[in-house]
Amino acid sequence: MVDVMSALFQRPNFLIFVIIFLWGLYIMVTRYNLVKKLVGMYLVQTSVIFFLVSISAKKGATVPILRSTTDTVNAIDYSNPLPHVLTLTAIVVGVATLGVALALCSAIYRTYGSLDEEDILKRLE
Amino acid sequence: MIFSFEIPLLILLLLTAAGAILVKDLMSAILLLGCYSFFLSLVWAWLGAVDVAFVEAVVGAGLATVLFLLTLFGTAPKDSRLRRPPPPMAALIGLPLLGILLLYAAKDLPQFGDPNSPANSHISPTYLEQSFHDTHTPNVVTSVLMDYRSLDTMVETVVIFTAGIACVLLLRRKAS
Repeated sequence: MVDVMSALFQRPNFLIFVIIFLWGLYIMVTRYNLVKKLVGMYLVQTSVIFFLVSISAKKGATVPILRSTTDTVNAIDYSNPLPHVLTLTAIVVGVATLGVALALCSAIYRTYGSLDEEDILKRLE
Repeated sequence: MIFSFEIPLLILLLLTAAGAILVKDLMSAILLLGCYSFFLSLVWAWLGAVDVAFVEAVVGAGLATVLFLLTLFGTAPKDSRLRRPPPPMAALIGLPLLGILLLYAAKDLPQFGDPNSPANSHISPTYLEQSFHDTHTPNVVTSVLMDYRSLDTMVETVVIFTAGIACVLLLRRKAS
């Protein structure tokens, strides 16, 4: 128990990731308003990306842009570029899916006159 | 390993996320979510991920907030006062279990910021050392995104194009 706690306090990024991830998931499950559910979804997406970027950090390293193109590169001086590339794709695709979800929300509102899940279910019957 | 600048930024991050979740008004929640995205991009810039920070500041804090606001203006504000229904049992049991599992796994993670952690020592030094020789681009992120993984990036634009078509089809008004 104690070693788990100390391991967590040495990794505050991971603690924040777990809190935001679970809280966003909880919002997605429990709230009835569709836009509020999407706020939760956005929090889940960004928290996972936050975790991946935290893995790529190196203590004392700079951004992955080569300072000199003639010297040999010392990999310890630059932070890890591969998670950055993957998360760039993930952010853009995440916002694209968010746009589709929001368009669905306004289409639902135009048909059923509400964004509340229970009202929509009542009107569907 | 803790970066000293991180703690105040992480606290601000948690506060804005909690605000976006807890606030009763939908408009305030979305503006707080924009603040959250911006603090997130600040943290990433400090961690050395400048490209990701730019994209998050433009696409996350800018475009996502605008999309949320457009949806909110297009729909009536009458259910922007939110109800808080009692949570279902499955969420009350499942999510804490998932949380305990995740926190228990923290012990086995490598230290953040460790240059010798598996993620930082397996293949990424090869990319850092070889990319200028292979692609003649000083920015390693650009060279991987646009050169080594250019096919992936091209198919990503197909995904965005599909999302755009879906939005147009959903938002199209009937001719009648």
